[in-house]
Amino acid sequence: MTYDKRFDGRKFDETRHMEAKAGVIKRAAGSGWFKIGNTEAYAAVYGPREMYPRFLQNPEKGVLRCHYNMMPFSSAGDRVRPGPSRRSKEISMVTERALRPVVDLSEYPNAVVDVFIELPQTDAGTRCAGICAASIALADAGISMSDLVCSISAGKVEDTMLLDLTYEEDSHEMGVDIPMAMLHNSKQISLLQMDGELPPEDLKRAIELVKKGCDQIYEVQKQALKNRFNETKD
Amino acid sequence: MGEMKVNEKEIVVPGETLAEGMDYLPSYGTHRAGDKILASRLGLVSVEGKVIKLVPLSGVYQPKRGDTIIGQVVEILLSGWRISTNSAYPAVLNMKDATSEFIARGADLSKYIAIGDYVIAQIINVTSQKLVDLTMKGPGLRKLKGGRIINVNANKVPRIIGKQGSMVSMIKDYTACRILVGQNGIVWIQGDDPNKELLAVETIKKIEREAHFVGLTDRIKNFLDANKAGITKLS
Repeated sequence: MTYDKRFDGRKFDETRHMEAKAGVIKRAAGSGWFKIGNTEAYAAVYGPREMYPRFLQNPEKGVLRCHYNMMPFSSAGDRVRPGPSRRSKEISMVTERALRPVVDLSEYPNAVVDVFIELPQTDAGTRCAGICAASIALADAGISMSDLVCSISAGKVEDTMLLDLTYEEDSHEMGVDIPMAMLHNSKQISLLQMDGELPPEDLKRAIELVKKGCDQIYEVQKQALKNRFNETKD
Repeated sequence: MGEMKVNEKEIVVPGETLAEGMDYLPSYGTHRAGDKILASRLGLVSVEGKVIKLVPLSGVYQPKRGDTIIGQVVEILLSGWRISTNSAYPAVLNMKDATSEFIARGADLSKYIAIGDYVIAQIINVTSQKLVDLTMKGPGLRKLKGGRIINVNANKVPRIIGKQGSMVSMIKDYTACRILVGQNGIVWIQGDDPNKELLAVETIKKIEREAHFVGLTDRIKNFLDANKAGITKLS
């Protein structure tokens, strides 16, 4: 059997509909919202601010700290138990590592920049949506960054290579899911995880798909940041 | 020949190409990568001759030498006070720099400036480790008594002050309030008429919201004219 038509009727290399906004959380130093299909992520950046406990401080440069959280009612299945889990801690860590190559915190010794990512609604690709939102939020917070980070997943269902998997595709018994994050200018990959097995040539194809998807995400992110200030302009 | 890729006053995102070729020079908020100049933060493009810089629109205050700031005393030290600066780094106000009064050895420093008091002070030094030193010796630098404190985005402070202080003096004229604006985004307002004090607060909030609008001064003037008698409720 082959997977020759996607469940939601998209083309194989087509992303879900994307929307983004910057400055959605007023009290934060910077914030971003990113929606891709039914997956929705909010990110809020606080800081640079003083870091406690003190032993976590780094006197050479600031620390980036990410917190990923799925809200209890966010998934289509069971209620997500609140609080940190093994999964959310891992995703917090990979998110931080996906963003670290672009943020320059050398101006903020001993300080911390906190990124909080909340997901009110999920349909696979949450870590990718979280990274996209966090990238907008960090830029909005005026943090020095060399680039924006875009992130999307690619994968394989049965014999077909796909871009931007939904939960149905992601959880398919013959499905492989590869979330990736890419720096826009250099096309360097700062996140690559894989769930399943894949021959090398398919991974290359996946990277090609992601590269294409990331270019579209970048435009959405860029527009969100520009609109933040243009909206109120006369 | 070098070429600009964006227009002056355009909003750019981190990593966006601002110019190509070696004819332009990167300044604040930009960096060079190969023969391109890229933005390294979110900001407004500003070109002065060959120099390209970005005017920040958002972000937390970063202490700078020479800035006059308003801060709250958070701790009393052996020979001075620790002042929170609305940034990632608290500052130290040394006894010697605080007053020319004689303070006896072992005196209770809270008699001069207590925890919770606000002061307006100037930054005399910022080290590479971001240790900030303050002084209160200078014209207008003092402990603030009474009044109210509001917080604004530190990047909008130049708009609130206006050219040669034109904006803030206009608010002062209309509201008969005493207003001090710290570069760290803390504003102190004291007025005799509470309704006019509220008007001053609202006006400053309005400037903060509409800082990048064209004809800001006229808008603010109209707003002040419309509410000359003061307002009774904060929006």
